[in-house]
Order: sequence, then C-alpha cells, then structure tokens
Amino acid sequence: MNDIAIELKGIDKKFGLVHANKNINMRVRKGTIHGIIGENGAGKSTLMSILYGFYQADNGHIFVDGKKTVIKDPNAAISAGIGMVHQHFMLVENFSVLENIMLGAEESQVLNAGITKARQELKRLEKEYELEVDPDAIIEELPVGIQQRVEILKALYRGAEILILDEPTGVLTPAEADHLFRILEQLKSQGKTILLITHKLREIMAVTDEVSVMRRGEMVATRTTSETSVEELAELMVGRHVLLHVEKGPASPGEVLLSVENLTVRDSRGVDMVKNVSFNVRAGEIVGIAGVAGNGQSELLQAVSGIRRAVTGKVLLQGEPIHVTGKVDPSELRHRGLAHVPEDRQHMGLVLKFDESENSILGYHDDPKYLSGMFLNIDAIRKDAAEKIERYDIRPPNPRLKTANFSGGNQQKIVLAREMERDPAVLIIGQPTRGVDVGAIEFIHKRIIEMRDAGKAVLLVSVELDEIRSLSDRVLVMFDGRVVGERAPDASEGELGLLMAGVEDTKEAAQ
Amino acid sequence: MSVPYAKLPAWVDYGLIPLINLAVAFLVAGLVVLAVGESPLRAASLLIEGAFGYGEGIGFTLYYATNFIFTGLAVAIAFHCGLFNIGGEGQAYVAGLGVALPCLWLDQFAPWYVIFPVAILGSALVGGFWAMIPGWLQAKRGSHVVITTIMFNFIASSLMVYVLVDVLKPAGSMAPQTRTFAESGQLPRLDWLLASFGLDIGGAPFNLSFLLALVAAFVVWVVVWRTKLGYEIRTMGHSPSAASYAGIRQSRIIIITMMMSGALAGMMALNPIMGDQHRMQLDFVGGAGFVGIAVALMGRSHPVGIVPAAILFGVLYQGGAEISFEMPQISRDMITIIQGLVILFAGALENMFRPAITAFFATLGGARSDKPLPAAE
Amino acid sequence: MEYFDTLIVILQSTVRVSVPLILAALAGLYSERAGIFDIGLEGKMLAAAFAGGAAASVTGSAFIGLCAAIFVSVCLALVHGFASITQRGNQIVSGVAINFIALGATVILGQAWFRQGGRTPQLSGDARFTTVELPFAAEIADIPVIGSIYSNLLSGHFLLTYLAFALVPFTWWVLYRTRFGLRLRAVGENPGAVDTAGISVTWMRYRAVICCGILCGIAGAYLSMAMTAGFVKGMTAGKGFIALAALIFAKWKPVNVMFACLLFGFLDAMSIRMQGNELPIIGVVPVQFMQALPYLLTVILLAGFIGKAIPPRAGGVPYVKER
Repeated sequence: MNDIAIELKGIDKKFGLVHANKNINMRVRKGTIHGIIGENGAGKSTLMSILYGFYQADNGHIFVDGKKTVIKDPNAAISAGIGMVHQHFMLVENFSVLENIMLGAEESQVLNAGITKARQELKRLEKEYELEVDPDAIIEELPVGIQQRVEILKALYRGAEILILDEPTGVLTPAEADHLFRILEQLKSQGKTILLITHKLREIMAVTDEVSVMRRGEMVATRTTSETSVEELAELMVGRHVLLHVEKGPASPGEVLLSVENLTVRDSRGVDMVKNVSFNVRAGEIVGIAGVAGNGQSELLQAVSGIRRAVTGKVLLQGEPIHVTGKVDPSELRHRGLAHVPEDRQHMGLVLKFDESENSILGYHDDPKYLSGMFLNIDAIRKDAAEKIERYDIRPPNPRLKTANFSGGNQQKIVLAREMERDPAVLIIGQPTRGVDVGAIEFIHKRIIEMRDAGKAVLLVSVELDEIRSLSDRVLVMFDGRVVGERAPDASEGELGLLMAGVEDTKEAAQ
Repeated sequence: MSVPYAKLPAWVDYGLIPLINLAVAFLVAGLVVLAVGESPLRAASLLIEGAFGYGEGIGFTLYYATNFIFTGLAVAIAFHCGLFNIGGEGQAYVAGLGVALPCLWLDQFAPWYVIFPVAILGSALVGGFWAMIPGWLQAKRGSHVVITTIMFNFIASSLMVYVLVDVLKPAGSMAPQTRTFAESGQLPRLDWLLASFGLDIGGAPFNLSFLLALVAAFVVWVVVWRTKLGYEIRTMGHSPSAASYAGIRQSRIIIITMMMSGALAGMMALNPIMGDQHRMQLDFVGGAGFVGIAVALMGRSHPVGIVPAAILFGVLYQGGAEISFEMPQISRDMITIIQGLVILFAGALENMFRPAITAFFATLGGARSDKPLPAAE
Repeated sequence: MEYFDTLIVILQSTVRVSVPLILAALAGLYSERAGIFDIGLEGKMLAAAFAGGAAASVTGSAFIGLCAAIFVSVCLALVHGFASITQRGNQIVSGVAINFIALGATVILGQAWFRQGGRTPQLSGDARFTTVELPFAAEIADIPVIGSIYSNLLSGHFLLTYLAFALVPFTWWVLYRTRFGLRLRAVGENPGAVDTAGISVTWMRYRAVICCGILCGIAGAYLSMAMTAGFVKGMTAGKGFIALAALIFAKWKPVNVMFACLLFGFLDAMSIRMQGNELPIIGVVPVQFMQALPYLLTVILLAGFIGKAIPPRAGGVPYVKER
C-alpha cells in the first residue's frame, strides 16, 4: 500500500541563466490538499509545468503512485491521472462548456455518441462534487468562477486523480473563492489529491493539509498545516533577507505632488484589478507599494501614467487633475512633470531594436531640444545620449549600439537616465531592478534616493520586499487590488509578509 | 521565455543570411529552367547580357527598375509601421488618373516642366487617398489592412476599366486608353545620362522619373530615420506598447503611413504614363505593385537595399525579355516565379537557415574559445 | 414568362460560376478556422487547374486529372504549412509567394510541355468531366415553372457541381459534429487549450492545411476540366480572392459561405448578362460596378458597418508554447 501520490526527486530546471528549479524534492500524500507557497519567481509554476509535461526537467525523476513516470507532454500527464487548472484558463472562449470538456477526450471520431456519454458523465460529476454548470452555456458568457469550474470538470472528466491548481483564486471574488474551497474539500473527501499553488497564506491555512514552501527555486520546507503558523510560513516564504544597505538620510516630505483618490481600474477581461485605491505621495519621499505580482500594482501604475483608462477615481498631479477616466495623452503628463519607468522595460520602456540614443528620447521625442523643425537633430540626440551614458555609467558607452545588445542592468539605466534627467516632479518606478545585475542595483537605488533628496515625489512598485523596505519612507501593501495596509519601512518582514498574503489584521495575528 | 536566436555578427545578419536566402530562391528558379529543358547557366548569361550588354538594354533595365523602386519603397515604409500594404498595385493604378488628367488638361498649353510637378502631386494625392481608406479602416474600425488592400486592388481595377472604357476613351476609338499626350505631356528621356557613359539608349523609355525615384528613395530614408514622424512610425512598427507608453497617437500614425505608402506607389504611375506610353492604358501597372513586395523584402525595407533590389528585378524583366527570344520556353512569366520564390525565401522562410548558420558560427566560436570572450551579458 | 426564362438562365450561370468559389472558400475555411490565414487560395487553384488540365490531356482521363490537381494543390498547401506552422513565418507573405509561384510556373511549364502559349490542349471525351442529367429531366421539362427549374436549373450540371454543394453540409457536419472539427475549431481559437488537452497543435494545423489543399485542388479541376475544356493562362482571374472575400463575408461559417458565394456568383452572372442592358428602376449599371460589388460589400462588412466579421482568434499567429 502506497500512500504517496506524487514524489519528485531532484528536479532541476534552467532557462538560460535563470535557475528556475534547484534540486527539488517533494512528496504529496494521497487524498490530501497539499499547498505550495512562495513569492513570485520562486519557481512554483515551473515545477508544476514540469509535472504536467509542459516542460522537461533537466534532471530528476517523477514518481506517480510510486511508479517512476516519464511525463513528456500533457498527454502523458493526463494518462498518468494528473489534471491541471491553469492560472490563465485553457478554454476555448466561444465553445460551449460541453465542447470544452470533450476537447481531447472525445472518445470517437463522430461526436454524437460521445456527447450523450459526456452529458451523463458531466451530470454524475456535477452531482458527486457539487459542480453545477450548464453544459450548453458558452464559456465567454460565464463568470470567471464558473469558467474555473469548467476547468476542474475538464480534469475530472479525463479521470484525473491528482489535480493541480495554479493560483486559482487570483481572478475570483471572495465568495467564489470560498465556493472553490468547498469544492476542493469535496474532491478530497472523494479521495482525490490536490496540489494548490498560491501566494496567499489565508488559503493555505484554510484548506491545506500540508504545505511546501519554495523560495528562489528551492524547496525550503514542508510543514503540516495544523502544526505551523502564518508567521512561520511568511518567514519561510520571504526568507531572512540581508537588508540591502542603502545610504539614506531621513526624509523631509513637503507638499503632496501626486494624489490618488478612489481609483478603480479594470483589465481587458473586465475584472477589477485596482479597487478603490487612495494614497498620496509628497515631495521628498518615496512611497513603496509592496505586494505579490498580479495584485493590481501594474494596472495602478498604468492608470496613473495615462496608459490605461480607469473606471472611476481621481488623480491629481501637482494639484492639477489628470483625466484618468478618459483619454489621457502620456506625453502631456510628461510635460506636466510626471516621469514613468515602466515595469515592462523590454516591451514598453524600450524599443529593443532601436539604438541606445533613439531610446534615450522615447516619449520625449517631441522636445524641441532633439528636433530641428520636423527633423530629428541626430547630433543633439547623440550628444545628449552620450552625456547620460557617462552620468549613468551605461556600458558599453556607445549611443549607436542596438539596445537589445545591452545587459538588463544597462537597459534599465537607459530608461532611468531618460526619465530622471528630465527633472520631473513625480517619478513613478515599476520594478526598478528586475533582471538587473547586482552591481547595477546599488547604483539604481542610489539614484532613486537622490531623486527623493532633490525633492521629487517617488512612487515605487516592486515585488522585491527588501527593495521596498530599504528604499521607501512609507510602505503600502497591495493585495487583491486594494491597499490593505500602510507600514513604516522598518516593520518586520513577517508583518509585511502577512499583509502581502492577504492576512489583514496583522496586529491581531501577531499577538 | 522565448530566446529568439543567438546573436550573430551584423554582417551575417544583414549580409550573409539574406544572400543565402536569395541564392536559394535563384537555385530553385534554376531548377525550373532545368525542368523545361534549358541550361540555367546559359539563361543567366543571356539575362546579364540582355540587361547590361548594350545601351538600350541598360535603358530598359533602369526603366523597369524605376517602377519597382517606387512600389518597393511603398511596401517598405508600411513595413516600418508594422503594416502590410498589398495594395500597391491598385494604388498605382488609380493614381494613373492623377498623372493622366493633368496631362490631358494641360498638355496643349503648358510645358512638361509645369505638368510634371502637377502630375507628381496628382499621383501622390490619388495614390495616397486610395491607401488612406484601408489605413483609416484599420486604425478606426480594426479591419485588417491586408484584406482591405487586396479588396481595394480589385475595386481599383474595376474602377479604372470603367473610367478608361466609358469616360476617358476618345470618341471613335476602340482601344480602352486615353488619347496620346502632346509632347509637353511626355517626360524627357535620360539619354544624355547613359550617353555620358558612352552608351546609346536606343528606343528605351528610360526617363526623368528614374531620378525622381532616386529622390524618393532618399526622401524615404530621411523621413524614416531622420524625422520625428519616422521615429514614431518605427516605434509603432517595433512595439505598439512602447508607442502607447511614449504617447504616440497610433491611429494617426497608421493613417499617415498608409497615405505615404500609397503616395509612393502612386508615383510609380508617372513612369509608364508620362515616360513611356504617353497615354494611360488598361492595366499599365502590370504587376509592378506586387513586385514591390519582393523588392521590399529583398531590400530589407531600407532604401539602400531597395534600389539594388529594384534594379535586380529590372534586370529580370529586361533580361527575361531577351531570354525569351533565345529560349522560347522561358517567357516573362519566369520572373513571376522568381518573384514568388524571392518572397518565399526572403520573406516567409527568412529564418529557415538561421539555426544552421548560428550553429556553424557557434562551432567557429567554440574552436576559438581559447581567446578571451568579449564581455557578453 | 420571358423574365422567368431569363431568370433561370441567370441562375443557371450563377450556379456554374459559384462552384469554384464555394470549393475555394470552403478550402479557406478549413485553413483559417485552424488559425492559418491563407491568401494563397488563388495560386493553389490555378496550379491545380493547370495540373488537372495537363494530366487529363496527357492521360485522357478526367479522374487522373482530378488526382493530379489535388496532388499539386496539396503540395503547395504543405509549402504554406511548412512556412507558417513549422517555420513560424508570416502567413500573408507565404500566401503571396505561392500565388506568384503558381502564376508563373503554370505558364512556363505549360509552354514547355504543350507549346500552345500557356494553354493545355483542348480536352474532349473522357478527359473532360461531363454533365449529368437528373432522372426524368427531359420528361418534365415542359411543365411550367417546376419543370423548368428542375430540368434547367437543378439538372444538367457536372458531378463536381453536385459535389461542391454536397460539401457545404458535409463541412458543416465535419466542423460541428466530429472530433476533427471540434479540434480544428479549437486550434484556431486557442491553441493553448488544444496543447494542454494533449493534442498536437502542429499536426492539427497541418491536417487543416491539407484539407484546404484538397478542396482547392477540386476547385482548380472544375475550372479547367468542367467549366472549360482545358487550362488557360491565369484562368482563375481573381476567383481565389473572391472566395476569400466570400469566406470573410460569411464570417467563416460553412452554410453562409455557400450563400455568400452564390451571391457573388449571381453578381458575376448578372454583370455578364446585363452588359449594356438597362435594369428596371435602377437604369444602366456599369458592369464594372457589379464586378466590384463583392469586394465593396466585403470591405463594408469588415469595417463593421453591417455586423462584425470576427476572424478566428488565433488566426495568423504562429503557436509558441508560453511559459
């Protein structure tokens, strides 16, 4: 009798220079809900993709039901009894529920025979697990919670005994999430094994039997949920980071330069990603927004900088309103003193096929300084770029080199130089050091502090908690589209970690 | 994570790989020649001789090249904005009106140097207008520019048949064409240019619009790489999200780019109408709009590549005519095949040989690994 | 009665000219529903027409001609598939290339093999498809209206004509009632869903492209071996693009495709018939306007002025597994 559903031994995976999974060992007991928790980029999704056959591990073995199993593609995973509910649903949106469920498991060349069977089977599954769905409804007309149910049914229909759910509550309302957990309990009671990937501690505590914690590609601990605490998990998840040493004097905040009131932003799927968020940023202070990626930070930045339209809310830039719910011209905001270092450097902040000097004017290319009439003043642009290169120590120091050929850190410096040298009143920075080499991090941090000391209002978003803590004067934590708390930067990691994981009442929990 | 391809030296990227693609296209074309029982080598030498062997041949080669420079530039400038304008053929066709009408109106009382600028403007405006509609539909209504420009080619063709047959055909004439322009509606030939190289142009219609094409190539280079507008166009083409970050108004750029593309295609009409036939005939574009696609792909959308690519196709057109005298099996249609093959290998399959070449250079690099590597990151 | 007879004649020629459109548009439907845009319908049809005409004239067998047409068309479809699926190249560029290769190659090879200025020899007897009379067509021809409709409009077409019309419900059935169709539609909408369901996206798309090739092959064979007796240079004359327009006009749905093709075919038949004649109420309509109408209608549809044509969501995009 084997009660281990899945065992991973020495799973190792590299993507180029990124070591996504380092020698992972894990056991999942049958008939349990096993949580996997970790920050963004901890390697959870990669590990699950390996388990589902989307990627091949470079090293290591997978045992399913005690048998060594090679999972070379999703097909192999399905036949090994593994099903997966992806974070971004893998559904054909204009198909009916039934068609989606049958896809890939049709049983016969002609659908008719299968359809009747599928309907019966679906009915049985619905009853057994309380998963009601109208089989003839079209996916895109269903709320996300129901769409997710279809994903679960899809896996069950294929006879999945082991179900992987990747960040399943990211798109759900609290009520929908609660319903999902009831479904998971139901599945467990029927003997299914569930792997729940999440970054939300509340969920882990609420539904899992055991929990594994991943950090920076490594499996750092496995605990029995009833014997651990949110504090312990938060600490394991975030780790004891060495606080990066950043020379920083006390802030002397001045007047409010950026004010956000009741901002609500919706994404293209119609989900509210930013929910009624309000805060201020004053001259001479850095306000850091901490949070796990996908909790609305990106949408917040885009709305404030005029790239994405907000649903409701008011934003004041130096006391003057920005029409965020209508059409905003980002270049007008630049003229009004708003500089923006976007999160997605490679797609938004830079045109990788441009040479360095061309990128050094992106967004400011209508500045008369760079133009003579309708023509670009190439000499002025290159001279200006060369100066920035020198001041920001961009290497190689060649304004004519294609931007794609610079390292991540130097690419980021190109963007920073462009935005900071404009002497803006408000500087918005998303993920300043993502994919940046260690040497450049210190430099970038120094520059951000310098901006603050020069009396700029700096709004900083980062998923790196230690970065937020070492740079910010005030820390706001975003979770599920809301600002769930404000703390001083010297608040403990555990406390911030709890907030980031959606446990709002940290004072209480800490007692 | 998609790592596209390993870095290659620039000369491989911009020189060797396009040349290999082109070579393969011609190799396959050679196989077709072989298949119809002729010698590819002899065909090639006939081709070169027909195109360059004597003054008249060169004149014809450059006459054809003039068309292709215009249409190649038209496709290229749209490419820079990430748009595929397949409508050059129709834009040039309709733009014929912008050339023919000024000639018909003015040729009785104005000299050619007055008519020429009017016709340039006319062709650019009409061609630009014909491309603006698909551009507007793309920018404002989201209809795919590829499909709409194809549709507009056919609409243009019907329209022009109607205009030529029912409106512009002189009374009593049977041929669907306008009357022949008086001398002032005809562009001066560039016989002096070839004569300065000691060549006799003979009957070749090599004319002033060739110089206009070269000017257009230079202007396109200036616009794309040296103006604010060009900067915005290229930003759009490479990364629409960077364009919206930079505050570039996307629909405005799409419409303007399409208009410029149509204007360039439209100016092609000057060459056959004012430079050669001295009247507007049915189907005077003769596929030049489509050749532009091959020329732009081959020239990598850069004027410096487009001019030689256009001349190469000029060689194929002129030399091809010569070949068909000697080898009746090989008609002008051979060029159409080559055109298709160039589009296939230089366009749709442009990365086919890249992995192999990358691997080859990697082994070269490996063999020299004792050398210190440049600071790669 | 005179108007009625005229109508029958026009409808009859509508059917005749619609057949290649229906076949080609259905061909495009298989490909585009799977996410591979195909503007090379014209080229494949042309190459098939040539291959059919050539093989039939050499062997004297219409059947062998049909097989040759399909073979050549499928080969070109596979080139398109290789470029757009395996090499992840630009599907539009690849389609354009195939059109030109076919346009040139048919003439060059035709001239080399038959020396008739790009034509293939006139087909006669068994080398050409023959029309079939439906039972009792002659007997009831004299019954007013019904007889005329039956024996003049419904009877007396080629087998391929009946095949084309039969392929419309068949395609509908394949698309909506078979496993293949379910997967085909899915791969054109969300290849990720197909991949995670354990189905090969590549193989699915190749099969779709092959279906497209087969149907274009039949369309070409109809042109050179049924509608006319032999291949003529450039004989598709834009039919591939009209079919493409019809496919868009029909919003990528099989039964709509048939009606769109019949509409476009009707406009074509009318424009030939009406040349110079006055229409009641409207007066003289330039024949060119009638010819341009299918394209105009498609543009108007694409612009969203009469309903919206939403192409398959993954259309034109090569599938790359995402992390």
